[in-house]
Amino acid sequence: MVAIREISRPSASLNAMSTPAGPVLRVPPAVAGVNRDQDMSSHADAINARRMNFYYGENQVLFDVSLTVPERSVTALIGPSGCGKSTFLRTLNRMNDLIEGTRCTGELLVQGQNIMDPSVDVVLLRKHVGMVFQKSTPFPKSIFENVAYGPRVAGEKNRAVLAELVESCLRKAALWEEVRDRLNDSAMALSGGQQQRLCIARTLATNPQIILMDEPASALDPASTARIEDLIGELCSQYTIVIVTHNMQQASRVSHQTAFFFEGRLIEVGPTTRIFTSPAQKKTQDYITGRFG
Amino acid sequence: MPLSRKTASLFQRRSANGHEKVIWASLLSCALISILTTVGIIVVLLGNAVYSPGKSTAFFEEVSVWEFFTDTHWKPAERHSGTELSDSATGKPAGHFGILPLLSGTMMVALVGSMVGVPIGLGAAIYLSEYASPKERDVLKPVLEILAGIPTVVYGFFGLHFITPWILQPVLKHVFGIEIGVFNVTSAGIVVGIMVTPMIASLSEDVLRSVPRSLREAAYALGSTRFDVSMRVVVPAALSGILAAFLLAFSRAIGETMAVTIAGGHKIMLTANPLAEVQTMTAYMVHQSFGDNSASSIQYKSIYAVGLALFSMTLVINIASQWVLRRFREVYQ
Repeated sequence: MVAIREISRPSASLNAMSTPAGPVLRVPPAVAGVNRDQDMSSHADAINARRMNFYYGENQVLFDVSLTVPERSVTALIGPSGCGKSTFLRTLNRMNDLIEGTRCTGELLVQGQNIMDPSVDVVLLRKHVGMVFQKSTPFPKSIFENVAYGPRVAGEKNRAVLAELVESCLRKAALWEEVRDRLNDSAMALSGGQQQRLCIARTLATNPQIILMDEPASALDPASTARIEDLIGELCSQYTIVIVTHNMQQASRVSHQTAFFFEGRLIEVGPTTRIFTSPAQKKTQDYITGRFG
Repeated sequence: MPLSRKTASLFQRRSANGHEKVIWASLLSCALISILTTVGIIVVLLGNAVYSPGKSTAFFEEVSVWEFFTDTHWKPAERHSGTELSDSATGKPAGHFGILPLLSGTMMVALVGSMVGVPIGLGAAIYLSEYASPKERDVLKPVLEILAGIPTVVYGFFGLHFITPWILQPVLKHVFGIEIGVFNVTSAGIVVGIMVTPMIASLSEDVLRSVPRSLREAAYALGSTRFDVSMRVVVPAALSGILAAFLLAFSRAIGETMAVTIAGGHKIMLTANPLAEVQTMTAYMVHQSFGDNSASSIQYKSIYAVGLALFSMTLVINIASQWVLRRFREVYQ
């Protein structure tokens, strides 16, 4: 499993740092559009996971995970590599179905509907719950065709409707101004940051309610990362966003709620500001202060 | 690398390096054999078809290239080598050496073969790569390879004694009211198509599977069905490799000999009728080499001219497939 560097580091300064007096970490300012102090209790639940267990063959990787995600908010999943945060994210649109020999138990309500039910059409579910991956994955097609892909598989043929949709999605993804003159060029020629925003635009084009992001900026330079984070701030007024990230600064900048995973368990979940300033669990505190992970 | 003599004996060459040289030389000669064979074949073809040093004359020294490519008849039996070219009763040379009838036979068989082999082969490749479970793939792939290992003469008789009498003749007679002969382009084309199917399937499957998994996941995450993912993402992403596979299969179909000799027949004529009996370039070469013409006769030399044409065609197609593969390949990080 994970190599944990938690084991006794007899450093006096570190011990001093981890004393509960005062905020554990200084939390950086949030990106525009993310109001971390906003009370989300009035928002309905977009996702409600109850006692989720997940297995790769005989190997259990998620243990009794229960997590509620309010509508039109950003939830960050953090934790060391192999802690199960990505696996949990991928259960939310049943992406793990594509991997042979996986099994999932528990209850997972998306907009009130149990999506673990065998009668659920995963194709429809995934239109509703979009996903952006760590590595940008533009199709080897034109920029236009990349964004139009989702609507096209959904049966939209009207060129004018598609053109309008492509423009509005590219605008939402803050890419329109950069590509408006070369929509028919190959998407493979875009820069890494542009490709990732294209993938976000492509996801928006299926008109999802929920967007899952699996370390969307971890392969990008700082400037592109900032653009993606700003974009998350803009999108969260309309979409529910769940983001997996290794970057704790990023988690604190973009999210309303943070969930800390460790060894397949959800250790702690709460408002981002609280998690980063006064975590209730020792493990959380050790992780966010960089003592392991 | 030879080290300087001044360095310590620790690094001095040992006599064992002699073994290295033997191994190097024998491995190199193995690698060179394929090149030498190709060169040898080209020399033999050119020497008999284009220019022959010494007393004997090459094919194109007796028959003009113009006639070879434009004459619509191929009647080698009526011409005799040497004087008769200019000394015929009519003043015109007797006999005809126009490649077009043979070429049309070859192309028709290859086209029918492609029409059969391409959809089946590609369909099999998509199934193996996108739909089949690992268990199914473990069964299907070896079976496909067995299909590729059946001797072509067996396919020839399969066409002649099964496809023509049991499928083509009854279907055409009862549905369209057409009677067809025992030998025909369609049955030859069908068996050639079956023969190239494993090749198309195996080459295409390789390129389909090399499309990164991340691309498939991205497509699924956008609400694609398995069919959407296969047809809209994976196949387009692998298109260059698939086209290259088609071209290689076409080149193989052009060069196919035994099955078309048996099932296609031996009537040489320029036709576009896929139900007619035709002789392909390869079948002509087989017939002619078993004939009783002397090695110095123009008929015998015509084998080399046809062979040269065939060699050039397949060479061009193979180079084209390499070009397609390089030119249109998508590069994934």
